[in-house]
Amino acid sequence: MDDTTASQEFRYITKKRRVTEDRRFITGRGHFAADYNFPGLLHVAMVTSPYACAEIKGIDATAALALPGVRYVLTGAELFENINPLLSGLDLPNVKRIPLAHERARYAGEWVAAVVAESRHIAEDAVELVEVDYNPIDFVIDPEEAMQSDAPLVHPQHGSNILCDKTWVWGDVDDDFASAPHNLSFRAKWSRNSTVPIETFVVTAKWDEGKDVLDVWASIQMPKYPEQIARALSLPVNAVNVHFDVDVGGSYGLKRGIRQTVIVSYLTCKLRAPVRFNEDRLENMSGGEMHGPDRIFDMDVAYNDDGVMHSLKIKATDDAGCYPGRAPLQLGKPVSAIVGPYRIKSASYNAISVTTNKTSQEAVRGFGQAPTNFAIETMVDKVARALGMNRDEVRRRNLIRADEFPYRIPSGSEYDSGDYHAVLDKLQDSAGWQELLAKRDALRAKGKLAGLGMSTCLEPSGGNSSFEPFLNPKNDTTTWMESCLIKVDMLGSITALMGTSTSGQGHETLLSAVIGEVLERDPDTIRGVHAESLGALPSNSPVGSRMAIMLGGAAAGAAEKIKKQLLEIAAHNFQLPVERLVYDGGDISVDGDPDKVMTWNTLVDIAHRNYHKMPLGSEPGLQAQHTWEVPTGGALPAEDGTVQMYPCYAFEAHIPLVTIDPDTGQVEILDYHMGHDCGTVLNPDIVRGMTFGGIAHGIGAALYEKFEYDEGGQHLSGSFMDYLLPSSHEIPHVEMIKHYTPSPLTTFGQKGSGESGYLGAPAAIASAVNDALAPLGKSIETLPMRVRDLEALINGQTE
Amino acid sequence: MSEHKITLTVNGREMSGYAEARVTLVDFLRDVLGQTGTHIGCEHGVCGACSVVLDGKPVRSCLMYAVMADGHEITTVEGLEGPEGELSPLQDAFWENHAMQCGYCTPGMLIATHTLLQENPYPDEAEIREAIGGNLCRCTGYQQIVEAVQMTAKKIREAS
Amino acid sequence: MKAAPFDYVRVSSIDEACQALADGGEDARVIAGGQTLIPLMAMRLARPALLIDINDVKELSGIAVDSDHLVIKARTRQADTLSSEIVQEKLPLLADALSHVGHTQTRNRGTVGGSLVNADPSAEIPLIAQTLGAIIVARSTRGERTIAAGDFFDSAMSTTLAPDECLTEVHFPIWSPENTGFGFHEVSIRDSDFALAVAAAQTTLDAGGNVQKLAVAICGATPAALKLTDIEEALIGTDLNDDIIKVACAKIDDLIDPQSDVHADAAYRGRVAKVMARRAISDARDGAKGDLV
Ligand code: FES
Ligand code: FES
Repeated sequence: MDDTTASQEFRYITKKRRVTEDRRFITGRGHFAADYNFPGLLHVAMVTSPYACAEIKGIDATAALALPGVRYVLTGAELFENINPLLSGLDLPNVKRIPLAHERARYAGEWVAAVVAESRHIAEDAVELVEVDYNPIDFVIDPEEAMQSDAPLVHPQHGSNILCDKTWVWGDVDDDFASAPHNLSFRAKWSRNSTVPIETFVVTAKWDEGKDVLDVWASIQMPKYPEQIARALSLPVNAVNVHFDVDVGGSYGLKRGIRQTVIVSYLTCKLRAPVRFNEDRLENMSGGEMHGPDRIFDMDVAYNDDGVMHSLKIKATDDAGCYPGRAPLQLGKPVSAIVGPYRIKSASYNAISVTTNKTSQEAVRGFGQAPTNFAIETMVDKVARALGMNRDEVRRRNLIRADEFPYRIPSGSEYDSGDYHAVLDKLQDSAGWQELLAKRDALRAKGKLAGLGMSTCLEPSGGNSSFEPFLNPKNDTTTWMESCLIKVDMLGSITALMGTSTSGQGHETLLSAVIGEVLERDPDTIRGVHAESLGALPSNSPVGSRMAIMLGGAAAGAAEKIKKQLLEIAAHNFQLPVERLVYDGGDISVDGDPDKVMTWNTLVDIAHRNYHKMPLGSEPGLQAQHTWEVPTGGALPAEDGTVQMYPCYAFEAHIPLVTIDPDTGQVEILDYHMGHDCGTVLNPDIVRGMTFGGIAHGIGAALYEKFEYDEGGQHLSGSFMDYLLPSSHEIPHVEMIKHYTPSPLTTFGQKGSGESGYLGAPAAIASAVNDALAPLGKSIETLPMRVRDLEALINGQTE
Repeated sequence: MSEHKITLTVNGREMSGYAEARVTLVDFLRDVLGQTGTHIGCEHGVCGACSVVLDGKPVRSCLMYAVMADGHEITTVEGLEGPEGELSPLQDAFWENHAMQCGYCTPGMLIATHTLLQENPYPDEAEIREAIGGNLCRCTGYQQIVEAVQMTAKKIREAS
Repeated sequence: MKAAPFDYVRVSSIDEACQALADGGEDARVIAGGQTLIPLMAMRLARPALLIDINDVKELSGIAVDSDHLVIKARTRQADTLSSEIVQEKLPLLADALSHVGHTQTRNRGTVGGSLVNADPSAEIPLIAQTLGAIIVARSTRGERTIAAGDFFDSAMSTTLAPDECLTEVHFPIWSPENTGFGFHEVSIRDSDFALAVAAAQTTLDAGGNVQKLAVAICGATPAALKLTDIEEALIGTDLNDDIIKVACAKIDDLIDPQSDVHADAAYRGRVAKVMARRAISDARDGAKGDLV
């Protein structure tokens, strides 16, 4: 499909449509978690540990409690007695996690006590008065040191700092290596960074005494949030009501503040007043447990003279921080695309998750895929360089061909569709690859360090999260459903309910377009609603680039049911079989007799008011729900260690041109081109925006962003002055071209795009920087590639 | 510590309330005056989410105590619409170009570009990027924001 | 991130400000823009007991030429200074440096005097004061005194201003524009970050293209802006060719002892400080030469 055919097939989706949600944001009428106010609201501030590791011998809150306006000081010991430990993704019975440090603080910045006061100002005053008796003990910061037998243990009860160490071999890796004429190996590092939304995590809880319900307003993006709250507090899930209509100020996978929520929920029950915790930026960055993957890759690849790669060995050592969090699972997700978009016959993967005295990881955009893509793309560039071949040519020789789909990779995932060569051709054409090379060479001729980069990467999408049972055999979850409930009211307007919040993905717009498409009704008249959890159907929330696929599919499914009901009502009234009827824009006429028509309003009226005109025994009213399982989901991993993860695979190719100032190490991005194929695009502006945003985020990961710890275990990147998010100066204009290869697995052929851009940009920038360094015979495989690292490398100042 | 009576003209309306000297302008606008359109991202002057117009100039409202603004004029995102609630051309262009995703940085972006266009109705891309250089957005990669401002500038040009 | 409690008073004259400072004791501080102070207070790294707001003090605002000096009153906003035609004409080096200070929004509040008093190690305005040898005027209930920039900046975030003194104005020497050029270079990670190293230079060449007058200073890699007097002297009379500049700037190694932080190690800071100095001096030379042709 090209642009035009892609949009001709549809009435509303694929077309430019303004995004419904934007209206409230441009007028300052969004409703973010901090915007809700309640009489008598109490505020929380955290007492944080100054030590990388310390026993907590006692907490004296006397002085703090004496301060006027202070209501309570909650400790880990009290929470430990009164709540259930939080769930961990792995089967680690001796690693118990509760929301405040109990007995031992395991990283600098960890929350040790929560002070509750009538204002946040007073709470912060009181934090300074809480006296904690610490006994500092040995700690470990470096993940490889943490694996040594004599390393201090982060969780002594666990007996080791290794949370997970698993190896899978798919295919004849040894044979393939033995028979290949070449192999090369290298180490690449992806440093700890995160999505760092501009809004921190904010949660307010209020126990409704009249209803015995815990109301929660939070900037949340997490599957099973109400269930996790209920479990921690030993409440039935139907006593927890999460208000999903709270707008979330950015998340990208991250906002999963279950610790924060359990703290305020416990406090509101205890203090009988609404309680808010609005993380400030310092609490957020150091103790919010919101860091992302922190990985060392040891890579090995076997390849031929012609650049064809046969086999791949990846060892990924990931520094989880002090609790498993989502870290080990984020090592699992890349198994879904462990060979990237390439026809690599066999692969082995050793995934090691190590605990250290740092804050723990949360889910970050791509769930571990962006680091893996960076390692794989670095490998491809190295193969090209070793053979003296062009990087695009090596990719072309290895990319899976369009006629090979569906394509099963060695680890078991079946890629649904794609035309990687077409996207790469189109991109190189539109970007002017030859001109860019000439531009690079002209810059070099002027004495500049200039480099052209390339990456070709996959975005697994659809959120079939089978890494859970894959890494934890005790977890037999195979259901990752999504739901939509559509109501057509008595006067004919359509309302669609979803059980999740939005953090910028435009779900309301998605629902109205998809339902409008199926029912042929104007999307502007259709309302999408983020229902509260007590009134919502099950959802797995917008994780794993799944909503276009899963919420879109659920909405389409529900709309089809409405359409079927309308046809049955019309058939009954015309006394004709459904097959004789024509549905057009909500009106139904008799085929070949257009004068015989029942309008939308008539049909709706019958459904709601004229039971005597309804088919015998039918359900009154006009409503339908559809809950569906993720395509390709529903199965446990196979005995042979293969697994189908994620249904849909979007493809992206990036070409940036950069220069490096050899004296300062500063990188400037002169041009940026990107080719993207995520199947049918439901809303072009939304997909463009997410992709640009993902590229910007990827540029941050490649050049600027890192949570740094010093040797004393102190976190050095706790503010926006020290953790560097790229601004409009650092992010270039991006030229994007689209290609549309529909997925056979989804309602309209759509694939996900919530992680697009981010999955290929870090690799592409690294490729460009290394191309610039190549004439010096130098290379760098550690992200971020900071000014000081590049300058030292260029000027021979590295040891 | 001292409580102060603070009176501001917010979006053309006089509003007052009481606050300690240490309450920042953004906290005062949000918590005392209930004007929650202005957001907080960092509270230390880096992200620009809290941008407001003070006496005609864009400033960061987390870098000012409310008491310092006593007697001054403030425009927030809530004040950008016309008297009948009609969107300003800039707001409309933000919508048309989907110059946001989560919407959290949007009030600050609107303030920064609104004041840019008042001073310089025909900015080029570099000037637009400079004007929003102190406003962080994690969602958009800035491109659709730049496009929205360019569209607005074009409309201003065509109208004049 | 809420400041610790403090008292607040708004004054409308310099005398009132001085009186409030005298009464307030060691923990009183003047606030104008607050663009540096307020974040420090939010993190409780600064906790003054009294803030004296001088934003209403009209006599503290303005830019004027006083014979061979440009006088900028302390509370003059950085944005107004940057857009001032007098500054652009008489002190283009300062105008260039100001465009690197923060962003539009912080320049709209931040003041010239505030930046001098805060004395951030990588701040541009103190650097220019140091480069050109500005004179700083301070007043207290005890009287008025002038302080040469060289005696004003003490170390990181610290000056020789007494706790009861209020900085009132700064006098920048105006050079004859003939055969004069300037250079300003800084390296920062992101465009608007605090600089890791900064250098400013201004030179006047004689008719033969040799240095008659040269001023150079660096900051960022030093606790406070550092005037490179030795290098200035070494370069007087030379034609400032690239090699001569390079040799002279190599001496910077002996003059500075940079510190490491999360953004850059000491060695990097030291190396780029030299690079910035070289670039600033050669830009100044080219600018001055441009006048010669
Ligand atoms: S909240 Fe004011 S600049 Fe970030
Ligand atoms: S739209 Fe989300 S931060 Fe800008």
